[in-house]
Amino acid sequence: MNKAEILIIDDEAQIRKLLEITLQSNNYSVIQARTAKEGIIMASNHPPDLIILDLGLPDENGQNVLKELRQWYTNPIIILSVLNSEEDIITALDNGANDYLTKPFRTGELLARIRSALRSSILEDSDHVLHFDDLEIDLSARTVKKKNELIKLTATEYNLLVLFARNEGKVLTHQYVLRAVWGPGYINQSQYLRVFIAQIRKKIENDPNRPEYLLTESGVGYRFVSKQQ
Amino acid sequence: MRALFINTISKQKQYLLSIVIVIIVSLICYGFTPYMGYRVVALILLVTVSLIAITFDILPVLLAAALSAFIWDFFFIPPRFTFHVSSTDDGILLLMYFIIAMVNAVLTYKIRQIEKVARQKEEKANAIKLYNTLLNSLSHELRTPIATIIGATDNLQGNNVNLTPANKAQLLSEISKAGLRLNQQVENLLNMSRLESGFVKPKMDWCDINEIVYAIVQRIEENKIGQKIIININQSLPLVKSDKGMLEQILFNLINNSVLYSEPNSTIHISAMCHADILRVVVEDNGKGFPAEELENVFDKFYRLKETKTSGTGLGLSIVKGFAEALNGSVHLENISTGGARFTVSIPVKTSYMKV
Repeated sequence: MNKAEILIIDDEAQIRKLLEITLQSNNYSVIQARTAKEGIIMASNHPPDLIILDLGLPDENGQNVLKELRQWYTNPIIILSVLNSEEDIITALDNGANDYLTKPFRTGELLARIRSALRSSILEDSDHVLHFDDLEIDLSARTVKKKNELIKLTATEYNLLVLFARNEGKVLTHQYVLRAVWGPGYINQSQYLRVFIAQIRKKIENDPNRPEYLLTESGVGYRFVSKQQ
Repeated sequence: MRALFINTISKQKQYLLSIVIVIIVSLICYGFTPYMGYRVVALILLVTVSLIAITFDILPVLLAAALSAFIWDFFFIPPRFTFHVSSTDDGILLLMYFIIAMVNAVLTYKIRQIEKVARQKEEKANAIKLYNTLLNSLSHELRTPIATIIGATDNLQGNNVNLTPANKAQLLSEISKAGLRLNQQVENLLNMSRLESGFVKPKMDWCDINEIVYAIVQRIEENKIGQKIIININQSLPLVKSDKGMLEQILFNLINNSVLYSEPNSTIHISAMCHADILRVVVEDNGKGFPAEELENVFDKFYRLKETKTSGTGLGLSIVKGFAEALNGSVHLENISTGGARFTVSIPVKTSYMKV
């Protein structure tokens, strides 16, 4: 299989070096850009499989770069930034980022996010049954099994879980989920979401207090992950 | 005494009040003229002017002195209702009255000036002291991990042959820990400057306390701590409306603090309850507790326990207090009679018992 190609757009030489070593040693091929302009040119000349984008670039606001890329670039974009306010993260996700990691970051975490971003961009609805570790979601039968046992979910719980599972690895903001599952009139009713997430966790997690599938992205939203490679 | 020297009354009001007070006292004395001599009145007026001098500025006091002298002369010294003074004694008395009143005013004014200068000096000295404490603890807290990183990387780069794989792994883990510690300090500093700048505006949203506490404990336990953390929170605790980021920071600092300052084999209990729209989170440990005389100070900025051997900036708990107050709540520390310390955070919240 060909190595997946990752474009790093970051003006900090140290971060680029760190990413280059980390990614190359994990079997990705790496190309690098120091500025927004350079990054956009490189991405358009030869679209990479994934872009890691810094928001604090010298020549252009990263959010604008993100919007520009999203006009034609469809592969995953992961934001890697020192900006850690909820507003920045939500804006980036709304502008089309698949994921958001703040600096300082753990390389293990970054690799996991890259893996799931790349995987979900390949998967994209080809299957009727989704498998995640000991969880199985049958989209045509509308059933969910954990360790081969059927789990009873209400319609809303099921819709929520499927929404997250289809976007595996991607942070979904509270508002996005509320709009998608309950409708535009509910985007401020975040307590609905909290209650339903707690219910789903009780049903699918081994320990609902230490979730492994449905993770909280504090102040931003939730992310569905699985450990399978 | 200090309160007496603070001028909270505006200048104009001081003039007005000086005149009014002198007139009122004079009127009262006037009512008593059949019973007391006019020389006693002089003393009473003098006392009045002296009292005014304690609180008011110099010019209103001089006004009071002059006014009272004229009133005494006109209404009390015989022959009354003239400015004429018949006896030499009374003439000398009037002159002396005037001089004493003026001296009184000027002296009080001078004392007050000296006070002011001393206070400014003291404030400046305190600011410098605080600044030095900050610089000292900061340079220590930031330089220690930096020194670790530089030292460990030097070692890894230069001394490769002699290092066993176990040594290398150890050095690497030290570098990683140092990085995390630096990050934590920067986080604290940024939060402190947020609080100092006064730009802390809570962003209210529904929060699940269970979720917040478990996530924090998971984060702390990643550092392979020796302490045992027991979470005792009812799963049916309602959702509360508050600022999630601030709550996280408050609870992280409290729990992390307990871990940092307790023995590796101790136990930390975390509990939370919600009564009458007040959220209470309690963090207890079974360590030694705090010295009674320092209980009051632990939330002060840059305050470190006198006997402490653990390093730190003294920022963590002051941020806890700052954020709790920004959420209209409070934080309280007490020693437990059986040993250990108990931190209680109380924050008024809206609650939601919404069920599916």
